[in-house]
Amino acid sequence: MGCPTAASRSAPCPRASGLAVLRTRVFQGLLLAVSVVLLLGPADGAWARKRNAADKTASAAKAPAQAAQPAVAVKLGFLTASVTEGVGPFFDPIPPDLGVQGARLAIGDNNTTGQFTGQRFELTEVVLEAQADPLPAFENLLQQGIEYVLVNLPAEHIVALQRSVGSRQVLVFDVASRDDRLRAEDCAGDVLHTLPSHAMLADALGQYLLQKRWMKWFLVVGSAPGDALFAAAVERSAKRFGAKIAVRKPWEHSFDDRRTPASEVPVFTQGVDYDVLVVADEQGAFGDELSYRTWLPRPVVGTQGLVAAGWHPVHEAWGAIQLQHRFREKAGRGMREVDYGAWLAVRAIGEAATRVRSVQFAAIRDYVLSDTFALAGFKGVPLSFRSWDRQLRQPVLLAQPRALVAVAPVEGIIHPKNELDTLGYDESESGCRLSR
Amino acid sequence: MKVNQVAACRGDSRPARGLSASLVLLSLLSGGTPAAADTLYVTLEKDNALAVVDGAAGKLVKTAKIGKRPRGIVLSRDGQQLYVATSDDDVIQIIDADSLRKVGTLPSGDDPETFAMDPEGKFLYVSNEDDNLVTVIDIAKRAKVKSIPVGVEPEGIAVSPDGQWVASTSETTNMVHWIDRAKLEVVDNTLVDPRPRAASFTADSKQLWVTSEIAGVLLVLDVATRQVIKRIGFKIPGVTAEKIQPVGIRIDPQRRYGYIALGPANRVAVIDAAKLEVVDYLLVGQRVWNLEFSPDYARLYTTNGVSNDISLIELPEHRVTKSVAVGNYPWGVVARP
Repeated sequence: MGCPTAASRSAPCPRASGLAVLRTRVFQGLLLAVSVVLLLGPADGAWARKRNAADKTASAAKAPAQAAQPAVAVKLGFLTASVTEGVGPFFDPIPPDLGVQGARLAIGDNNTTGQFTGQRFELTEVVLEAQADPLPAFENLLQQGIEYVLVNLPAEHIVALQRSVGSRQVLVFDVASRDDRLRAEDCAGDVLHTLPSHAMLADALGQYLLQKRWMKWFLVVGSAPGDALFAAAVERSAKRFGAKIAVRKPWEHSFDDRRTPASEVPVFTQGVDYDVLVVADEQGAFGDELSYRTWLPRPVVGTQGLVAAGWHPVHEAWGAIQLQHRFREKAGRGMREVDYGAWLAVRAIGEAATRVRSVQFAAIRDYVLSDTFALAGFKGVPLSFRSWDRQLRQPVLLAQPRALVAVAPVEGIIHPKNELDTLGYDESESGCRLSR
Repeated sequence: MKVNQVAACRGDSRPARGLSASLVLLSLLSGGTPAAADTLYVTLEKDNALAVVDGAAGKLVKTAKIGKRPRGIVLSRDGQQLYVATSDDDVIQIIDADSLRKVGTLPSGDDPETFAMDPEGKFLYVSNEDDNLVTVIDIAKRAKVKSIPVGVEPEGIAVSPDGQWVASTSETTNMVHWIDRAKLEVVDNTLVDPRPRAASFTADSKQLWVTSEIAGVLLVLDVATRQVIKRIGFKIPGVTAEKIQPVGIRIDPQRRYGYIALGPANRVAVIDAAKLEVVDYLLVGQRVWNLEFSPDYARLYTTNGVSNDISLIELPEHRVTKSVAVGNYPWGVVARP
C-alpha cells in the first residue's frame, strides 16, 4: 500500500520535490537510509526549503538565564513508508514529505518552549521503501536511544512493530492509520493513535446526517482494502443513529470502456429511493465522479463530497489558521491530515515534558496517558487519549472542498462523560481493554 | 440580578430602570452626573472595516474601510489617534479618530493581532503570532525598537500600569513570559493552563489576570512572585463545559469587579475582584470576544464575533440593555470620551 492514508483528498498544494529527488538517489537498496537529526534552527540543512525569519531569530536568541542548564534531549523517531510516485490527481499529488513536515513543525514548537524550560527535542527521520519490512529500521531507532517513534505505516506493519516491542521502554505514535482493528483486537498499551479512526469519521457523518434527517443512505464501496473498512464503519453508524442503508453497492471499475461517468453513474444509482449517497473510496479512484451525475438529485458524502476529517485545509477556527499559516511557511505546502497527526504526537510529548518538568520516559508516558493530560489541538476543546484503546479523542471536521460545514460532535448529541466519546468506540463497546 | 447599592450611587443617575426609588434617591444625593457621551470604534475582522458607534445612545454612526483583517485596536493617550492592527497587511495603521483617515503606519512585524501600550503612551508591544516574537515599537519615531523571542503563538499582551512589566502569553507554549520593560528581555516565565488568551493587570499592578481558552479558567497571578494564586472555573446551567472559552478581560480601577468574556458560552462572567469569585453571568451576543469600559465606567461593551453585534451592559447594575449590529466579526473595541 503505497498510500496508506486517506490524505489523498486533501487540498491542492505545491509539489515539494527536493525530498523526492534526494530519496530516489539515496535509496537504491532495501531500506532506510536517511537519518537526519532535526534541531531548532539551521540544523536541517539541505532539506530546509524555506526558513522563516522566526526560526532564525529564535535559534539566535539566547535562552533566558533561568533555563541555562544544559538541556537533555528527548529523542523522537519518525518511520514512514515512501510515497509511490504518481499517486493522486495531477492537481493534488501526495507530497513525499507527508507527515514528516508536521513532526518537524512540532519539534520546532517544542524547542521554542524548551528555551524556557531547558528541554530539547530531536527528530530522526527514516523513510522506507514502500512495502519494506520496518522492523530492522525500528530496531535501529531503539538502539539509538529513541523512546518515541512516530509511524506512518500500513496496519499490518504497525502490528508487527508492537509485537516486537516487548517490555522495552518505547511509545509508538500511529499518526496516520484509520483502521479500527488497531484500536480493538490488535490494540496495544504502548501504541497511541492520533488521527480519528474509521468509526469516528463515520459517526461524525452519521451525527450530521441525523441532524439533517437524511436517514436513507445509498452506500457505494470501492475495491481498496480501506474502503471496505470504512463502509463497515458507515454501516455501524447507520445502526447507531437509526439510519437505513437503502442499498450497498460495490464500485468495481468493470464497466464497458465505452461508457463514461456521465452515462454510468445515473444507471448505477437508478431505481433506489435514498436521501444521500455515501461513498467509501479512500484512494479517490472514482468518488469524485459521482457528484452531479446521480439519477436523482442527491448529495454525496463520505470520502468525497462532504468529507469527515481530522484536519482540513479550510479549518480556521480556534486559532487553526495560525497553525495553517505556520505550516505553509515552513513546508511550502498546505497541512494535511497526516501532518496534523504527526504534529499532535510530537506536541503531546512536548506538552507532557513541560507539565511534568522532566524528560524521563516514565514521567512523560504516565502524564500523556493520565486524566489530567489536555492537548490544545486547535479544535476548541482539550484533546486526550482514551484509556481503553489509546485513541486521541477529538472533534471531527465535516467539510466540503472550500468550506467547513459542521464540526462533530454536532449540537444535541450528548454523552454522560465527554461528548467527544460519542465518536467511535466508547469504553463499553471497545474490543480493546487496556489498564494503565 | 445583583445590584450593588454602594456602587449604584457612584456616577450614574440615568433613569434607573428596575431600581428602587431609594436607590434613585441615594444616587441623586450622591451627586451623580448624567452618563457622558462616548464614541466606540469597533474593528470588523471580516469586513476589513471600522464601525463607529455612539456608546451612550447605542447607535451605529458609520463604517469605514481600513485595511485587511483588522483586529487589535488601541486609542492614543490624547484620544486623537487610533492604532489598528490590520493583520493581513502586516502593519499597525495610525488612523485619525475624527476623520477616520489613515495618517501613517507602524512597523508591527508579521501578522499583528493584539498589542498593548505603555502608561505614557510612547511605545506599543505587539504579539507576532506566526513568528514567536513580541515587537516593541516607538510610536513617535514610527520605528521598531526590538523584537523579543517568546513562546509559540504569542497572543495576550499587557503592560503593567506601573510601567515595570510587559506580560506576553503564548498559546501553544502555554506560558506567561515576563518581559522586564527596562531591559526588554524575558526574565521569568510562568507555566499556565492550555491556550492562554488575554492578559490584564489590575490597576495597582499587583495582579495579572490570564484567561485559558482550553481549560476554561481564569488564572490570577501574583506579580511579586509571578505565581498563580487562584484558578477560577465557570459553571453555567445548560451550557456545556466545552462552550466555556474565556477570552477578553476587563477589571475596574477600584478592583471591585472583573469581567470575563466567555466566547461561545455567550456570557460575560462577573468576578468579585476582592474575593476572586464568580458572582454573576450576563447573557450577551454569540461568541463574545473582547470587552471595554466606557470612559466613565458607566457601561461595559462586548464584541460578539458570531452574532455580529456589540452588547451594552449597564454598570454597576450588570444589566444587559441593548445590542447594536455593527458588521461582520466584530473583534476589538475602544471607547473615546
